[in-house]
Amino acid sequence: MALVELCNLESQVNVYPFQKQNELAEPEANMNLVNPMQLALPPLGNPISFMKQFSHTESGKPIKFDFQHGTTTLGFVFQGGVILAVDSRATGGQYIGSQYMKKIVEINDYMLGTLAGGAADCVYWDRVLSKQCRIYELRNRERISVAAASKLMANMIYSYKGMGLSMGMMLAGYDKRGPSLYYIDSEGTRTQGKVFSVGSGSVYAYGVLDSGYKWDLTDEEAYELGRSSIMYATHRDAYSGGIIRVYHIKADGWKHISNQDASDLFYDRKVQNI
Amino acid sequence: MSILAYNGGAVVAMKGKNCVAIASDKRFGIQAQTLSVNFEKVFEMSPHLYVGLPGLATDTQTVHQRLKFRQNLYELKEGRRMSPKAFSAMLSNLLYERRFGPYFVEPIVAGLDQNYEPYINAMDLIGCITQPDDFVVSGTCASQLYGMCEVLWEPNLEPDDLFETISQALVNACDRDAVSGWGAVVHIIEKDKVTIKHVKTRMD
Repeated sequence: MALVELCNLESQVNVYPFQKQNELAEPEANMNLVNPMQLALPPLGNPISFMKQFSHTESGKPIKFDFQHGTTTLGFVFQGGVILAVDSRATGGQYIGSQYMKKIVEINDYMLGTLAGGAADCVYWDRVLSKQCRIYELRNRERISVAAASKLMANMIYSYKGMGLSMGMMLAGYDKRGPSLYYIDSEGTRTQGKVFSVGSGSVYAYGVLDSGYKWDLTDEEAYELGRSSIMYATHRDAYSGGIIRVYHIKADGWKHISNQDASDLFYDRKVQNI
Repeated sequence: MSILAYNGGAVVAMKGKNCVAIASDKRFGIQAQTLSVNFEKVFEMSPHLYVGLPGLATDTQTVHQRLKFRQNLYELKEGRRMSPKAFSAMLSNLLYERRFGPYFVEPIVAGLDQNYEPYINAMDLIGCITQPDDFVVSGTCASQLYGMCEVLWEPNLEPDDLFETISQALVNACDRDAVSGWGAVVHIIEKDKVTIKHVKTRMD
């Protein structure tokens, strides 16, 4: 330990056994380095009411926390497993920041998460979740169920409720109980279901998805349904667009099916439909 | 959110060699929801005179109608066509009349004057005219359009090159704006012909 002190390492990395962690002097200096679930909170009093002070300027104008917001994502369970399909546009207000966002996060070989809402929130908490899932795997010598993983996620997010987290995510995977799909959001909702769509374009996606959804869809039909639901959503919703990504989860894990340009797809279809 | 961005849309105009070009996107939406993809914001006011009215769609139509009304009165009384300069002054006047409850449009005028010299200008929503000698932009992706035009435009472009320049500027600016795009239309105005071309753009 002498070398550690000589190099002044303990101020940057926690090298001590668990018991000593609490004795370290500056807790806020490396909080989420030690525990990713512990984020810095505004000083003084109740953080929820504290944050409210900053929601308006002195003249009463609302202050915008303008993160990436618009999105269309969807997921459904069917005979062949679970399908996830998402767009790839990132907007800050009206400005299109990126057309190449990856809104599906690979949590492990058998589980995927989708992002909608604040990009940073989703990416951060998905990463924490994949760590938690891996730890569960090592401790229990079996893969975590989607139900358990989604509850971990929901509980983590719930502890920050009202503090401005903004996320609506789907968790899809295949475990010993078969394929499953969960919807979780920053308000604390956690529900299992067969068909979900999340984001500003979700209303348009539901229109196509609900009219075409059947349990007995073949794999190809399912990919096509997911793709065209997102495609029509990107056409109508200004905040969705870019690339349409489709994933399929089966008993042997997830598989990436396709990346297709939403606009190219629109012109392909237009000849037949409009 | 600004009322000017409620429906979305963009217009750009450029000077070329003995020609001008004016182009607009074709989206009509309500905030994020795209309702139609054939809403043009550029209007022919006379053979060599075009006006683009991006902004709140209801005011686009109202201002267009009231402009046409005043222009007709002028042309009937004077017995001659309106010059772009006179037209701009009239439009500016029409807008300033509503100084304390403005029409939410930021117009662009483009055309050839009596001597077939290229003429462009842009106005704010209460009628302050700016008259640069290269290009003018307006609408929800004005900043993106400035970037594109600043890079692509050069003096004395021939009509074909001007078309290419203005199309690329508009299409690529719209691709960085969520509420503009969904098709575009370009008008190239020359002494003895006006060419209207519809440009394919991203539809998402």
